[in-house]
Amino acid sequence: MSSLQSLDIRRRSATTSASPSVREQLSVAKLIDISKCIGCKACQSACMEWNDVRDAIGSNVGVYDNPPDLSDKSWTVMRFTEHETEAGRLEWLIRKDGCMHCADPGCLKACPAPGAIVQYANGIVDFIEENCIGCGSCVTGCPFNVPRISKADNKAYKCTLCSDRVAVGLEPACVKSCPTGAITFGTKEAMIDHAAERVADLQERGYAQAGLYDPQGVGGTHVMYVLQHADTPEIYHGLPAHPRISALVALWKGALKPLALAAMGLAVLTGFFHYVTVGPNDADAQDGGDGDDDHPPDAGRPARI
Amino acid sequence: MEMSARIERYAAGERRLHWSIAIGFVLAALSGLALFHPSLYWLSNLFGGGPWTRILHPYIGVFMALAFGAIAARFWHHNRLEPGDWQYLRQWRDVLANHEEKLPPAGRYNAGQKGLFWVMVAGTLLLLLSGVIFWRPWFAYFFPIELVRLASLLHAFAAAVLILGIIVHVYAAIWVKGSLGAMLRGTVSVRWARKHHPAWLAEKMKQG
Repeated sequence: MSSLQSLDIRRRSATTSASPSVREQLSVAKLIDISKCIGCKACQSACMEWNDVRDAIGSNVGVYDNPPDLSDKSWTVMRFTEHETEAGRLEWLIRKDGCMHCADPGCLKACPAPGAIVQYANGIVDFIEENCIGCGSCVTGCPFNVPRISKADNKAYKCTLCSDRVAVGLEPACVKSCPTGAITFGTKEAMIDHAAERVADLQERGYAQAGLYDPQGVGGTHVMYVLQHADTPEIYHGLPAHPRISALVALWKGALKPLALAAMGLAVLTGFFHYVTVGPNDADAQDGGDGDDDHPPDAGRPARI
Repeated sequence: MEMSARIERYAAGERRLHWSIAIGFVLAALSGLALFHPSLYWLSNLFGGGPWTRILHPYIGVFMALAFGAIAARFWHHNRLEPGDWQYLRQWRDVLANHEEKLPPAGRYNAGQKGLFWVMVAGTLLLLLSGVIFWRPWFAYFFPIELVRLASLLHAFAAAVLILGIIVHVYAAIWVKGSLGAMLRGTVSVRWARKHHPAWLAEKMKQG
């Protein structure tokens, strides 16, 4: 993708000054209601088609997940989990995996290339591949294990939340293709309201722990889930219960950067001022002898009178 | 012996190694700093842009680490800490004020140089090990993500320490006249050796 001027930029990777952001834009969100998903993978097909990426045909690894993992060409993958409840009932939990579009994106924080990752004013986090240098720091920074580096071009790829479609008032391709209405798209506020209705409905039907997944550890996300078992998100193929940017990444991309540069600058200045106050230590000049080739005997400090 | 007579401090092979490391260090530091802080990203232009900086940096780093390993293997026994070294470090104010006459006589290397040597050994080793762990596209995939995160942090930290160490090293060469000549032409004057490294001079005289 390339940066779209119709979408103002809230944050830009490796950039310390403000990005163009005069326009007020509503926060958008995609809501994935796992209780409505039938695992048909129409969203995967729509994603491939709209974004025009075709993953290589793989092999069956014994589960319904196909392809078995996200890749540079598969930006969303259905994750199937066979979950046995305490009552001994089998539940087939199907989670549409992909970028969560964090409000506080770990990928963007970790990226060293200016403008390779942007967060639009509407909350969508987008990779701008033409600025990507292929270092993989986004992978290191992501709390959800989403970005994938292409083996062909060493650029990072992931779900764009169809930023190109959203910019012109369309919903993402996956939303458009979903036959059961499990995926909905709108303002974040509207999606939270819609989720509340769904959660109330699920609770009424016996899913006491039903709830909205909008993890606050990353400032909330612009892709949210309605979970039947919101108390244990891990059962949905390892969805993290409390995702947050790793403290190691926060330190690396936070305090260390200015402190290290300040220390280097200070060291150079200290050396300079040592030289102009204490002065050089010159064996050949101070002895006042016949001197070195480089240093005539009179190069030392003048005697104080 | 004439005070201005020249004695050898660094053989040609040692000088070649030293300046190979120096060139490697400058290139590794500039390309690394380009990716370390946004305000220094322009340095990536020196290497042909962002992707080329990312590609070249690890190879430059490995070259520097190997050359440093060779020189460290040659010099480590000169850098073993001795009892007088602690006294030397305690009198750091005299060191900075150019009052070498008040200090315990230094051997081939003084305590400050020895300390810096070991900082560089530790720093280079840490940079090499941590760098391999998140070297893409070759090795990062073999390591768990938490280790990659730790390695990224340690790599940046070790680099900052090493750069600080090199700033001290370069300044010392500007400050103590004759040191740069020792590494450029290989020799120092007897007077230089007597003032800065008297124990080394004595040893050298004994050897003849």
